[in-house]
Order: sequence, then structure tokens, then C-alpha cells
Amino acid sequence: MRAFTKETSGVVAIPGVNCDTDQIIPGRFLKADRAQGYGQFLFHDIRRRDADGELDPRFPLNKPGADQATILLVEDNFGCGSSREGAVYALVDHGIRALIGPSFGDIFYNNALKNGLVPVRLPVELCDALEDHLTRFPEAQVTVDLEAERIVLPGNFGTHPVQIDPFAREGILRGLDEIEMTLTYKEQIQAFESARIASHPWLGR
Amino acid sequence: MAPAAAPRTMLGKIWDEHEIMRHPAGPSLLYIDRDMIHEGSFHAFADLKRRGLKPRRPKQIFGVADHYVPTLGRSARDAASPAIAKMIDTFDENMEWGGVRHFGLTSREQGIVHVVAPEQGITLPGLTIVCSDSHTSTQGALGAIAFGIGQSENAHVLATQTLWQTRPKTMRVTVDGALGQGVTAKDVMLALIAKIGAAGAGGYAIEFAGPVVRNFSIEARLTLCNMSIEAAARFGMVAPDEITFDYVRGRHFAPSEQEWDGAVAHWRELVSDEGAVFDREVVLDGAAIAPMVTWGTSPEDAVAINGHVPDPSAFDSADKRKSAAKSLDYMELTPGTALDGLKLDKVFIGSCTNSRIEDLRAAASILKGRKVVIPAIVVPGSTQVKEQAEREGLAATFKEAGFEWRESGCSMCAAMNGDVVGPGERCASTSNRNFVGRQGPGARTHLVSPAMAAAAAISGCLTDVRRL
Repeated sequence: MRAFTKETSGVVAIPGVNCDTDQIIPGRFLKADRAQGYGQFLFHDIRRRDADGELDPRFPLNKPGADQATILLVEDNFGCGSSREGAVYALVDHGIRALIGPSFGDIFYNNALKNGLVPVRLPVELCDALEDHLTRFPEAQVTVDLEAERIVLPGNFGTHPVQIDPFAREGILRGLDEIEMTLTYKEQIQAFESARIASHPWLGR
Repeated sequence: MAPAAAPRTMLGKIWDEHEIMRHPAGPSLLYIDRDMIHEGSFHAFADLKRRGLKPRRPKQIFGVADHYVPTLGRSARDAASPAIAKMIDTFDENMEWGGVRHFGLTSREQGIVHVVAPEQGITLPGLTIVCSDSHTSTQGALGAIAFGIGQSENAHVLATQTLWQTRPKTMRVTVDGALGQGVTAKDVMLALIAKIGAAGAGGYAIEFAGPVVRNFSIEARLTLCNMSIEAAARFGMVAPDEITFDYVRGRHFAPSEQEWDGAVAHWRELVSDEGAVFDREVVLDGAAIAPMVTWGTSPEDAVAINGHVPDPSAFDSADKRKSAAKSLDYMELTPGTALDGLKLDKVFIGSCTNSRIEDLRAAASILKGRKVVIPAIVVPGSTQVKEQAEREGLAATFKEAGFEWRESGCSMCAAMNGDVVGPGERCASTSNRNFVGRQGPGARTHLVSPAMAAAAAISGCLTDVRRL
């Protein structure tokens, strides 16, 4: 996982409450190897006029320069629905490093953290106001500072705390490999497991 | 004298029993009893191979081919495309490589993972169960902690048989009273999601309670827990009781007869204590719930079948007004349209929500002596459900009515195997998601119960099943 300490970027607002992971990456693309790069599938159908047609210039990510942004502003319950980690691969491979939104789907949120994509929760009123601001000042920049646990918004929106659980934060800051870290507790796992299987022998069959 | 221990919830008890340690930074290292694997797990296997690791506890991993399997035949050659066939082959190869027991395309135990796991006794009360599928919440119906994970977490489980997890908040959903005629677990869930919203239970584990839930069969409880995730809850649970024990007893991977009494004694202790405090309580009046149908592109867009397409301007939040207008545009619906009578192009009965034997019985009971007027398919949840339905004569009823009788798999719910609803087509579906493009690019989905789907197939439009 690529480490994340601090990111400053323009912001693209993706419209729609309950933007589910089928919108982020349609199911038919989930067969691809990761080596092919998932960025090409990001918002595949909703950024087009029809599923396989040309790009819709009205979709925010299709506007000139929008591809440069590494931070997206999203609406309530972003990433709900299917557990497909391909949704996070598509965002990460496209170059997205952080998301700002009122709430995220629980499985999507965890998947994001495992891939160094930082989901920042801010109150819905603040998100709405930021969206308005971005329509007037599309060049406005935001800084997500994971080290200092804060987000710096443009205009007079000020600085706000970034609340990511300290365990995940530590992992992302240092780009840690979680499996390797967990394997350092091998003995505790082994001891627990032996007792568990002894009391639930059907688990070991 | 030591003070009495505070009353605990079922979630708390099962969680504590699986906590190996707690990290100073917060999360618990949970022991995972069983991990279910499907074709999408190729990313996790690639990760293991890159690390030079193998599955740590292959006997606690179970593979089932479901997302990509063809429903018109039982060979990878029947797959809709070479790329889809490759997914099925890669799955078999990975299962062989990892030494993981698996129910492939030709296995009599094959089916949709969340139908197969309870059926085989893999799902048991008191276990922690994961699967890289959001509908793993289904399996909590037997009194387990069961939740969906991504492929990074799946690789972590395969390598360590554990996961770092933060304990969710708890929500108790009590369904009081009794359900009216023609009202099912599916309708209860659509009513709940309409009430609390598709984000309503984010961060919570739901425990379903109350007389309606206690009287539900395991099949109905599975439907209930299945759609918890559509309310954003990663976990849905029902306390185990005699109905649960009767269901589990004798199943292949369940405790043996010698172990049975001990296992049940332990399971009885898992239920939430009297006086246990939930972070949130929601109460539904069962008698007030009607057969439900969705009109939009989120499961929260649900109303009673005798209701109408709402006017987007009637919603409180600006965001919802915008998204409802967009949904209606996609669904090609105008505000005020009666849902009862809305013309359809297709009907799909299947998915981990509604493809178990009781679902098929409910649909078949409506179809007896009637004919469908639009294309309709039924995809049993598992090969065993299919065989049982054939023995009971349900398959004959479906076929005589003009339904296509398919092999089991996720089929037109996930639309990954080539079974799709065409662009612009309107489908009444017993699945769980009416998202934009979910059943195929441009497809329009109306979520309903199996009996409502059957009623829709014979009348060619959304129909209040209570009239039939």
C-alpha cells in the first residue's frame, strides 16, 4: 500500500446520494486483472451518454482539467451496495487519493483504508456548502493532512479534524502491510485457534 | 459481592468470544470461524501467491461458484463468453491450489453462497463468518456474526484466519403485531429501508426481534438479514431459537448427534440478555405493512403496491429531490403514476434474497393454473433447492405457467454471468438492488417479493398479489 501523509489538490464533486459501487465500477468489468489498471473503468457507465458510448461532457470528471484532481467530493452513503473492492481499485488507479463526503458504505470504507485511499467524513451541510463553493471557484484547493489529522478547506470554510481510526491511520501513514503485521501475533492466534477448535471440533472437519 | 455483569447483546457476546486481542489503537483481532469464497476471490489468491503464502486453515474455507455460473447448462462451455468461462476455471484452479473444499459448477452442493452455507450447516449460531460479498449479512439469520468483506480483507483471512475489526453500534429492529395476507419478509425489509433510508443503519449491526420475526421460518429470516446491507448495516442477526436448532440439526457441517446437546446449550446462552441496551431502537408495526414495490434506483425508494410514484419535490432534502428526479428519469416514470398496473417486460425470481424453497412455493402457489404473458425466469438458489422444487412439483407448475426453469446461480441479480435485463426493459425482480444498470446497462428494476413477481408475470404489470 502506498503511504499517504498529506495531499493538496483541486476537488471534483461527484453528484448523487447513495452512489453505489455498481456506479463506481459496473459488474461486467470485475473480471479484469489488476495489472490491466482499473482506472479505465471508473464511473464507466455514468460518465457516458449510454453504457458504451462517448463521454458525456456534463459529467464532472469529463470536464477539462478534472482528471488532474486527486480528491473527490461525494454525497451521502457513497460506495454503498456491493462489496467489490474493484470500486476502490478504480478510484486508486485513476489517481484518486482522498474522498470527502457525509458518509460512506461500511464495506467500501474499509476497502478504501486497506488501499491507502483516505475517506474523510464531514457534516452534510459543510459538504453542500463546499459543493456550492466549487461551482463558483472550480480551481479551489483542499489539503488532506493525515499526519496532522486535519483537512484544510478553501475560502472561509476553515480547518476541520479528520477522524480516521488510529489503527488504520497508522497503517496508511506508514504504508504498512497489515497481513505481515498480523502475522507477528502468530502465537496468540495459534493459541486461540487451538482452544477454539477443541471446543468446536466441527470447525476442524 | 461483585456487581452483576451488565446485560449484553448477542452481538457483544459473540464478538467477545472471538476476540483474540485488542489493539492499543482500538480494533479487535477477531478469530474468523468460516470464510466463504466465490469466483471474485481471484484478487485475494493473487495476493497470497505473491507473498508465497497458502490458506492457513483450508478446512474453514468453503468455495462456491455462483456469480459467473451459467444458468442454461452446467459446464464452463455454457458460459456466456470465454472471459466468463475463464472466471469459473480460475476459481476451480485456485481452490485446488489452496486445498480448499469447493462446490463447483457440477457439484450437487453448488448454489448461491448464502443459500448453500445455511443449507450445508456451514452457517451456525455463534460463529463468525465472512465472505467477499456484501450479502453475507444473510447468514446472521441463524444467530451468527456474518459480514461482507473486500478482497484485501479476504486475503487477510486466508492468510491468518483473523480480521481487525471495530465493533459496530447495535440497532434493534422490532417487528410487532402480525403480517397481513400476502406480506412477506421481503416487504418488511423494503418497508424498513423506506423508513430509515439506504444509509439509515450505517455503522450498525441490526438485531431483528419481535413476534413477527420469532414466527418467521429460517428462510424468511435469511431474507430479512440479507437486505440489512441495503439499509447500510453490514450485519443482520436473529437470535437462535428452536426454529434455528431444528433447521441446523443433521446438516453436513453442523455438530454431530454426540455433540448436539452441548452445542445447543451454548447457543441458547448467546441471545441478548433481558435489559441489554441497543444504541438505537426501531419499531415497525407488522400489521401496517403492505406488499411493497420500488419505484426508483435505491432500495429506499419503496412504497406499498397500492401507492404512487412520488413527486421528487415532496422530499425534505435537496439531495434527495435531485436524486429522485434523476431516478424517475432513468426509470421513465412520472410522479403520481399508480404502481399497480405499471407495464413490465420481464420477471426474475431468484437471488440470495428470494430463491429458497419457500420463495418458490409462494410464487408457484400464485401460478397454479395460470399463464405468464411476459418472459419470466426462475433461478433456484441452489442445486438442492432446484431438486427439491422438482420433487415437490413446483418446477412443473413454473414450466406449465410458461416460466423458464434454470440452473442455480446469482444470475440476473448480479448480471455478471450474461443473464441480463435489456436496455430500457422494465423487470419485476425478487433480487435486492434496483441500482442504475445493476441488472444490465439501462435495465429498470422493480424489487418485489416472490409472490408479487409471480402475480406480475401473469398479468404483465405490477400487480397487488392480494387481489389474486
